[in-house]
Amino acid sequence: MSSTSPAPLHLAVALDGTGWHPASWREPSARARDLFTAGHWADLVAEAERGLLDFVTLEDGLGLQSSRLLAPDDRTDQVRGRLDAVLVAARVAPLTRHIGLVPTVIATHTEPFHISKAVATLDYVSTGRAGLRVKISARPDEAAHFGRRTAPAIDDYESPESQERVAELFDEAADHVEVVRRLWDSWEDDAEIRDAATGRFVDRDKLHYIDFQGPRFSVKGPSITPRPPQGQPLVTALAHATVPYRLVAWQTDVGYVTPHDTGQARAIVAEIRAEQERAGRAAEPLHVFADLVVFLDDDPARAAARRDRLDERAGQPYTSDARIFTGSPVQLADLIEEFASAGLTGFRLRPAVHGHDLPAITRGLVPELQRRGVFRRAYEADTLRGLLGLSRPANRYAA
Amino acid sequence: MTKPLKQIHLAAHFPGVNNTTVWSDPEAGSHIEFSSFAHFARTAERAKFDFLFLAEGLRLREQGGQIYDLDVVGRPDTFTVLAALAAVTDRLGLTGTINSTFNEPYEVARQFASLDHLSGGRSAWNVVTSWDAFTGENFRRGGFLPQHERYSRAREFLGTANELFDSWRGDEIVADPDTGTFLADAKAGAFVHQGQHFDIHGRFDVPRSPQGRPVIFQAGDSEEGREFAAADADAIFSRHATLEEGRDFYRDVKRRLAKYGRGPDELLILPAATFVLGDTDADAEERAREVRRQQVSGATALKHLEFVWNRDLSSYDPEGPLPGVDPDVSEEHIARGRAQVRMYRDPLATAREWRERAAANNWSIRDLVIHTGNRQTFVGTPASVARTINDFVQADASDGFILVPHITPGGLDEFADTVVPILQEQGVFRADYEGTTLRDHLGLAHPDAGSADRREAS
Repeated sequence: MSSTSPAPLHLAVALDGTGWHPASWREPSARARDLFTAGHWADLVAEAERGLLDFVTLEDGLGLQSSRLLAPDDRTDQVRGRLDAVLVAARVAPLTRHIGLVPTVIATHTEPFHISKAVATLDYVSTGRAGLRVKISARPDEAAHFGRRTAPAIDDYESPESQERVAELFDEAADHVEVVRRLWDSWEDDAEIRDAATGRFVDRDKLHYIDFQGPRFSVKGPSITPRPPQGQPLVTALAHATVPYRLVAWQTDVGYVTPHDTGQARAIVAEIRAEQERAGRAAEPLHVFADLVVFLDDDPARAAARRDRLDERAGQPYTSDARIFTGSPVQLADLIEEFASAGLTGFRLRPAVHGHDLPAITRGLVPELQRRGVFRRAYEADTLRGLLGLSRPANRYAA
Repeated sequence: MTKPLKQIHLAAHFPGVNNTTVWSDPEAGSHIEFSSFAHFARTAERAKFDFLFLAEGLRLREQGGQIYDLDVVGRPDTFTVLAALAAVTDRLGLTGTINSTFNEPYEVARQFASLDHLSGGRSAWNVVTSWDAFTGENFRRGGFLPQHERYSRAREFLGTANELFDSWRGDEIVADPDTGTFLADAKAGAFVHQGQHFDIHGRFDVPRSPQGRPVIFQAGDSEEGREFAAADADAIFSRHATLEEGRDFYRDVKRRLAKYGRGPDELLILPAATFVLGDTDADAEERAREVRRQQVSGATALKHLEFVWNRDLSSYDPEGPLPGVDPDVSEEHIARGRAQVRMYRDPLATAREWRERAAANNWSIRDLVIHTGNRQTFVGTPASVARTINDFVQADASDGFILVPHITPGGLDEFADTVVPILQEQGVFRADYEGTTLRDHLGLAHPDAGSADRREAS
């Protein structure tokens, strides 16, 4: 994305339960008992919108949360249970006006036809602020919830068999996204004509069969839902390795990556940009955001003490795929600017404790970034694509 | 001793993708934009209706190999719209039609449980089935289900979903920060289901919702459908909105309940009903005739005749006489994605009967379709419509109605403003909501966890 003035940074927050630290629910600010109410989520998203953030993502899965990567646990000391992320996003949409809403959807066990119309509808109910974060499920216990196919147990993510299995799941996710995107375009924008003279409600020449045929499934189309306000709602994915970087480069508008230092950030961005070129998308904007877990207090010592206290309550130090930041808004702004110099265009922050670290982002970090002239002082667009500098794409089926 | 007055239940069906909906009217707005749904839901809630109802179809209809373009086409996703409507209403029930063929129990159960949490206990599920390969082409599994298995899959689907809803009792989440116990039960949500259609096990991930389970609707009219409803549903969305048919259906379904250990109040009968209001009865009749002509254009009349004839009739003049040629009774049908074509079980006899009626009345094709199609259920002044509705309910032809306006989104406004106050004055419809959940509005008991087996036929 070339621009003469420094590109403004984009900020998102990732919401999961009461926060990303497993003991977060025990904090007084966590309101853990309200976790399954609409008000809980409405308040969090309203706080994010108050901070002018680009969007929130909502975590989801098709099984109970687990402290283990690929299997369930029987723990009772952490948050277990959650609500469907698309429905939470839809419930919050009419209560917000500017912020983007990006629920997680699991490609592995869901129907792309249902996902496509659900996110298109989220785009309607939010008048152009919808996206999705696509995720695979390699967990055998989640496969057993569906029973349509069996997933071989993966003990070791690094073994060649596991790598092959994961690559297959990502290929399937790419097909899933392809179908979702084609279905969004299966109605041209002016397909609904309401022509009283001929009695025709639609011009059927502007409705298109997508005729997707892949090795794993085929889908006919068109969608039952007209093309959504943004044309193509935002598609995003989290990626830690070459195979998912490929999904990011070929199919998404925003990729979330997990560099731990500027050198790693530079290397990941280069890998994604190279793959983007291979995909023939070099001219299209593709954001690469770094994920950061944040413990944020004006006094860095307090942030560190808070993290220690949470770790102590959890019984072990918190670890993450993403870099964990502990410190003040000024220090976080420094790190963000340093990472941005490596070619990252935005950041998705994972608040360690929603009730504490989300307001610290919106009321501490955001004013600091605004002072530095790298973050918006008002929402400048009506749609999520607009906030991210993405134009409304032409319809692939329009003549 | 006189029988106490029954309380009427009223619901609002968002205008659907069929020719009941008049899109050509200057008042007609979007059937996709959220503002239309919000307007419609707020009207229903202002009128203290029990619930709003959304239908569903998972493939655009086709006729003669082309997408059917004469009716409203397209609709948003049911769950997503209902969740958003929960934000702009407080008490109104939210009923979604969700197919048991092209979904999986785990996913649907977590969607309904989530909707129930996010609406504070207002969710309901109209369980429908299909089997056709035509719709299946939009899904990973395709048209995998033989027709005769659709009800057995639907019943097992619902039974499985109930097991998932009941896998949380409701007291597991303690979230005690001092002891560090979030969950009182390490096995919360555990389930095992092994059956003909589903073989699944694991842990359900949505804690018990305010209503325990969504309210269950059933809409099929066949013998199997009625039995399914008597065994497993809380309410029936029926077609029988005439007094005689309504009473027969009501008696038939309610008498089936005892077999499943259920009382007559545990299953509500709610027929779909259309209406046209006027300042005088004559004025309403005139408006009703106009609406019927809007609903049945010449082009629409020919397409509806094709449902019976099962052949291309586009060369016929809709203002002229009925075709002399007989229906094509071959297996393949010209109309796809429509349930109603199955209603004509003997097309040759229907064609013969229609020709005779048209000849006797000197009707054109369009006149015939206008007269044989569904006339509005209630036509008259607000006072006479209120009286008729109340008479139906008190005579046990139904427990209330699911009203289907013909204009989006304002088609309910007049009814809310004129008919509802009369029913409230007569003491047969609530002046305000008394409870917060849809079960409260419908007078249904809160299901106790672990009672999934209670309804097995004895």
